[in-house]
Amino acid sequence: MFVKFLDIVIGSLLMGGIYALIAVGFSLQYGVARVLNVAHGEFLMLGAFAAWSLFTLGGINPILSLVLCAPVFFMIGFLIHITLFRRLKISAESLAVFEGNSMLASFGLMFIVQNLALIIWGAPVKGYSYLAYPISFLGAVFSANRIVTLITSIIISVVFYLFLARTRTGKAIRAAAQDPVAAAHMGVSINKMLALCFGFGTMMAGLAGLLVSMTSIMVTPFMGMEYTLIAMIVVVLGGLGNIKGSFIGGFILGLVGTIVSYIQPGLSMVAFYLIFLLLLLVKPAGILAK
Amino acid sequence: MKILDVQGLKKKFGGLTATANVNFNIEQGEIVGLIGPNGAGKTTLFNLISGAITPDSGVITFKGKNIAGLKPYRICREGIARTFQSVKIFAKMSVFNHILIGYLFGDHKNKASGSSSEEVAKILDFVRLSGMSESRAGDLTLANQKRLEVARALATQPELLLLDEVMAGLNPTEVAETMELVRKIREKGITVIMIEHVMKAIMEICDRVIVLHHGEKLAEGKPEEITQNKSVIEVYLGDSACLPSET
Amino acid sequence: MKDKTKKYSLFAGFIVILLLLISLPSYASSYRVIFVTNILMYVILTLSWVIFSGPTGYISLATAAFFGIGVYTSAVLSGTLSLPFVILIGALASFCLAFVVGSLTLRLRGMYFTMFTFALVQLISNFAHWYEVNVTGTVGRLVISLDSTIIYYSILVVFCLVLLASYFIKRSKFGLALQSIGESEEAAAHSGINVTLVKVTTFAISAFFMGAVGAVMTMRWTYVDPPTAFDIRLSFMPLLMAIFGGMGNLFSPIIGSSIFAYLEEILTTKFPYYYMLLFGGAMLLVIVFMPHGIEGVFRKFQKNNKQESAKKT
Repeated sequence: MFVKFLDIVIGSLLMGGIYALIAVGFSLQYGVARVLNVAHGEFLMLGAFAAWSLFTLGGINPILSLVLCAPVFFMIGFLIHITLFRRLKISAESLAVFEGNSMLASFGLMFIVQNLALIIWGAPVKGYSYLAYPISFLGAVFSANRIVTLITSIIISVVFYLFLARTRTGKAIRAAAQDPVAAAHMGVSINKMLALCFGFGTMMAGLAGLLVSMTSIMVTPFMGMEYTLIAMIVVVLGGLGNIKGSFIGGFILGLVGTIVSYIQPGLSMVAFYLIFLLLLLVKPAGILAK
Repeated sequence: MKILDVQGLKKKFGGLTATANVNFNIEQGEIVGLIGPNGAGKTTLFNLISGAITPDSGVITFKGKNIAGLKPYRICREGIARTFQSVKIFAKMSVFNHILIGYLFGDHKNKASGSSSEEVAKILDFVRLSGMSESRAGDLTLANQKRLEVARALATQPELLLLDEVMAGLNPTEVAETMELVRKIREKGITVIMIEHVMKAIMEICDRVIVLHHGEKLAEGKPEEITQNKSVIEVYLGDSACLPSET
Repeated sequence: MKDKTKKYSLFAGFIVILLLLISLPSYASSYRVIFVTNILMYVILTLSWVIFSGPTGYISLATAAFFGIGVYTSAVLSGTLSLPFVILIGALASFCLAFVVGSLTLRLRGMYFTMFTFALVQLISNFAHWYEVNVTGTVGRLVISLDSTIIYYSILVVFCLVLLASYFIKRSKFGLALQSIGESEEAAAHSGINVTLVKVTTFAISAFFMGAVGAVMTMRWTYVDPPTAFDIRLSFMPLLMAIFGGMGNLFSPIIGSSIFAYLEEILTTKFPYYYMLLFGGAMLLVIVFMPHGIEGVFRKFQKNNKQESAKKT
């Protein structure tokens, strides 16, 4: 009984940490750059594949890969923003038009990235085994990689949280997320900020993907969309543009998902969508909004 | 006969009180002016009456029936029509179709005797837009667009018409024409409440004036009384919309 | 005068094409017939999508959901009822789902509505998958497939029906209300139009035809499972085709979707591995370089968003 409880707790924290990461990334991209990036999950997928490739082909352990890949993913996001989305922003005559166009453009990106992954890695499911030995904790047995992933995701979250809360850039990002216009008036270089946030968003997705690959043996080019949807749901749960809300929302959803999986595996996504619908109907501003 | 009776109306948006316990009533056939500084809650009041937003508390009785919280289309069919501060027309639609929409959807009880085309033509004539029947609404001048909004509202056969700054942005000739139109509307038996900053219009055509400030009713009375009212003068002092001799 | 001759010649041209289509199986190969069937599927989906998303500006991504409902209805009932009934029930099932979903979600701001319709497809697909794994025991079901000529004529019927529906909606009182909602929801509501009812009904009508075409297309496959039935690409394609072709009148979506579908068919056969890459690239090109096609839809989208936030002033 206690084992089950502990398992649920760890599972929730684990998934919650990952969900929080992708949600924060998505929130940054929508909240600040106003891009509803439907391709977000695809970058998670790329992160997972990056870990797989580096591990199976290069022998590099995933923790090291995290450090190596973070700047790469950031650059990818940054570049995508300045080449594609900035261009769309300039040509759009209103924010709503830009939001719609950028969402559609991200759909295009989604197809391209998925297809590229399919070409490079092929369709069959991949996985690797790292730190898959059992360790004993409080009388229960857990797989080491789960614990490591959990600790790593918490560390990343905390680091990023501190970055947002303490550093100047971080504060500028939060300001821009709350009110882009006001932030611009206060001297925040808005174009740089948008690209920066978009880059951070991609980076978080990539990191989340790396973490996922450590505990899941199901890495496929099609795994991304589910995470995009989860990110969407968490962000609505926590409130659009509300970074703290995305953190908390991620953990809430992690808990719900783990519990539902225990009761009826395979229905966790259905549970998420139902929560999503309920949220949209009852409190679209998010349960954590004022 | 009291056509509209508002009691204890309250509305808050987050921390901001837009409407704070407003009470007043309107007699059938009156032209009542609703004035107050910007942000006083005039349009919010219209929104509450027309159903665009729901009040937090309070009762709005129209012809004896409580309409507070009903959806806009219901209230329209009950007999209240309105125009908007920022003209909300259907840009790509013809003038004729605008009025046709009001006519087709606005009134479910007493459909007028003639065919729809005849009735629309009558209204076009009434607001003096007959020559523009086939024009695209988006191509009209502001003055004509405002008239079109009024026409569309009239097509719904209202008993109470709410005009929200219908004279804003009009030149003196257009203002005079609009004043004439409002008089004609009252002659048809329709009660009018008008939000206006153009004081000339308020003074000349309104039977009564209600003054709002910070969401509360500050004063109420005949136009001449209002201009003498100390608190009203205080409130308007420093505000660009000054009293009496302003056009 | 010019306008009338233009109208008559377009109409005449259309009749000619229709006659050619009706007689197609008699002079074309079976392969050709199937090819045209697939194109017509996309044309119908695009026209259905435009019925709702065109005038209102709400971008629905639920197309795949309604199509899939039609597919599954057909798969379940195919042995037991005659074809017309199967198609009708599939269409009605989608109609009902759309009505319910629409009633709940059409009060949302445009972007939230779009997100939800996107999630809806996954919700239904996931649920179907879970149901098949845990309740019926087998994932996917076998379908009794029919002769390609029967399928072709069924689709042609649905095509004519959706055309008629589009045409009559546009010219009716209902269409007028729809148009006004697209331009200014608030003004429409204050003119006596029950905006929610009109939006929901239109959404349901568009879903009806999506379900119908799904029910027909099932007969072409021998096996259906949730990913095939609820393929998210079927939500994006009509959207892209409508933007590409334009939505100003009845013919532009038809032309746009025919061209696009034709290209798609060729690309999938020639480049099965790069197809999504090309499609994604095409999407980006259309969006970046053909913003005018998009303007119409998103102008309404903008009005939807503005209207909700303007209520607070």
